[in-house]
Amino acid sequence: MNQTKPPIVRIRNLSKSYRRGSQIIPVLEDITFDIPDGEFLALMGPSGSGKSTLLNLLAGIDSADTGSILINGVEITTLAETELARWRSLHVGFIFQFYNLIPVLTAFENVELPLLLTRLSRQERRAHVETALRVVGLADRMDHYPAQLSGGQQQRVAIARAVVTDPTILVADEPTGDLDRYSAGEILDLMDRLNRESGKTIIMVTHDPRAAEKAHVIRYLEKGELSDASQ
Amino acid sequence: MAIPFSYSFRNLWTRRLTTVLTASGMALVVFVFASILMLSEGLRKTLVDTGSPDNVVVIRKGSASEVQSGIERIQAAIVETEPEVAFGVRGRRLLAKELLVLINLPKRGTNKTSQVVIRGIQPESLLLRPQVKLVQGRMPKAGSSEIMAGASIARRFRGGGVGENLRFGMRDWTVVGIFDAGNSAFSSEIWGDADQLMQAFRRPVYSSVIFKLADSSAFEAVKKRLEGDPRLTLEARRETKYYADQSEMMAKFLRILGMSLTVIFSLGAIIGAMITMYSAVANRTSEIGTLRALGFQRGSILAAFLMESLLLGLVGGCIGLFFASFLQLFTISTLNFQTFSELAFSFTLTFEIFYKSLLFSLIMGFVGGVLPAFRAARKNIVEALRVT
Repeated sequence: MNQTKPPIVRIRNLSKSYRRGSQIIPVLEDITFDIPDGEFLALMGPSGSGKSTLLNLLAGIDSADTGSILINGVEITTLAETELARWRSLHVGFIFQFYNLIPVLTAFENVELPLLLTRLSRQERRAHVETALRVVGLADRMDHYPAQLSGGQQQRVAIARAVVTDPTILVADEPTGDLDRYSAGEILDLMDRLNRESGKTIIMVTHDPRAAEKAHVIRYLEKGELSDASQ
Repeated sequence: MAIPFSYSFRNLWTRRLTTVLTASGMALVVFVFASILMLSEGLRKTLVDTGSPDNVVVIRKGSASEVQSGIERIQAAIVETEPEVAFGVRGRRLLAKELLVLINLPKRGTNKTSQVVIRGIQPESLLLRPQVKLVQGRMPKAGSSEIMAGASIARRFRGGGVGENLRFGMRDWTVVGIFDAGNSAFSSEIWGDADQLMQAFRRPVYSSVIFKLADSSAFEAVKKRLEGDPRLTLEARRETKYYADQSEMMAKFLRILGMSLTVIFSLGAIIGAMITMYSAVANRTSEIGTLRALGFQRGSILAAFLMESLLLGLVGGCIGLFFASFLQLFTISTLNFQTFSELAFSFTLTFEIFYKSLLFSLIMGFVGGVLPAFRAARKNIVEALRVT
């Protein structure tokens, strides 16, 4: 843990509730915390505690009721939908529990997808994709379709897709939730390496204590409230 | 910033069976659409090719076609003296006074009879219609009971071949030649000497007078003079217009029948495409969520699904056109309602029909895909991602 670095994520008084019929169900209540640059943070808590909601808010795919989220100097709660989509394409890398690869696209094309939203030329895109796939150790599987890869390999392609644009933060929702012990270990090692060697800020939601062990900081969410940092 | 084309294409390829079934529905509609257009084009081409813009057809006022018309010899002689009529060889006017009679003849193979046009011609008749060419035998001699048959007649009617005999007008007529007039209506006629035929059929009057204009632009002048002459009860039309008018009723009938069939069929095909696309959107909800999360805009999602549906339409259009193109091998013979005579023509595929059919298939794809594409684009990212 390195507290001397400036925070890359600043969350202030964040609240979010869902409406079910006439009932309003609070999910997050007045959350305030910082995430320093280069942090590997694990968010834990029971189901329904709001950890995924918090992750979605940080990733800019859900909107808060009140409060502020400042990421690398950008207040994302005030961005319009199209600006927010553009911001996500540049600053957020997603890792999902079920990999969420596009089944009709090859590993190469899946990793290339976020780069189609940039101004990079075809050759530059190719170079980036190849580098990303090399980092995750799948350079030899570029032309395979997701169905031709194992779960662990698919998740590695998904990680390559998440890092290929060199985003500001990586958000991972249960990245090992669908994997066996061995593959889960590989994925966690890969994320740990990305964090240590490339200085990627990672925010991970998990139920898995082994996954949480890899993180520098574990925060617990319970009933919409964040408990203090507990190492 | 678009989702790659291969995404839409490969999704169709991945669910090949559904794609083929849905596209087949559209193909059927495009087939019907194209074949009706090809039919009416074939009819139009046959009748319009029959005429030449420099030729003028004169018939009795108020008669829709040569069949109902009658022109007294004296009136025909007046027309012959009009200064606008061109001169041909040896100072003879390029003008033919013709007779048109309908008779029933039995078809080859079956004994079913069908109406055939017998045209009494004069030597100038052939000069006026350069598209008519003798392909077998020789020309009938003037003043004899010799006739020649159009290629389509020779093929389809009993006794129509060279050396064979046909009985009508209480006489036996010998076929001495076969002529081909391409796609025109003349191919479905029998030609013989006008004076002989008038005697045989006891007809004192001609049916029509055809002449060539010395100057094509003089048509309005001669038309005005002929129609204003108190001695005459005639009307003049350019030959092209005359035949186009004849195809009008039939073409209109085909168009109305074809369009109503197509519209009803296409509703079915569009609903089919819509169901396919709605289920594609439902099956790929989490994919849509992922693409949106990665930063693709709603418009890109809309475009990708619309593209998929347009491709589906295009596939249907191509299959439909492929099968419709084989219709060109068929010749249809039918009764022309306006002349009550047999007319043979074939399905004709033109570039215009080609692109209209493809456009139509794309429109079906668009209409079928637009609502599902909007549903895809409107999905909430978080909810879409929750679907696995």
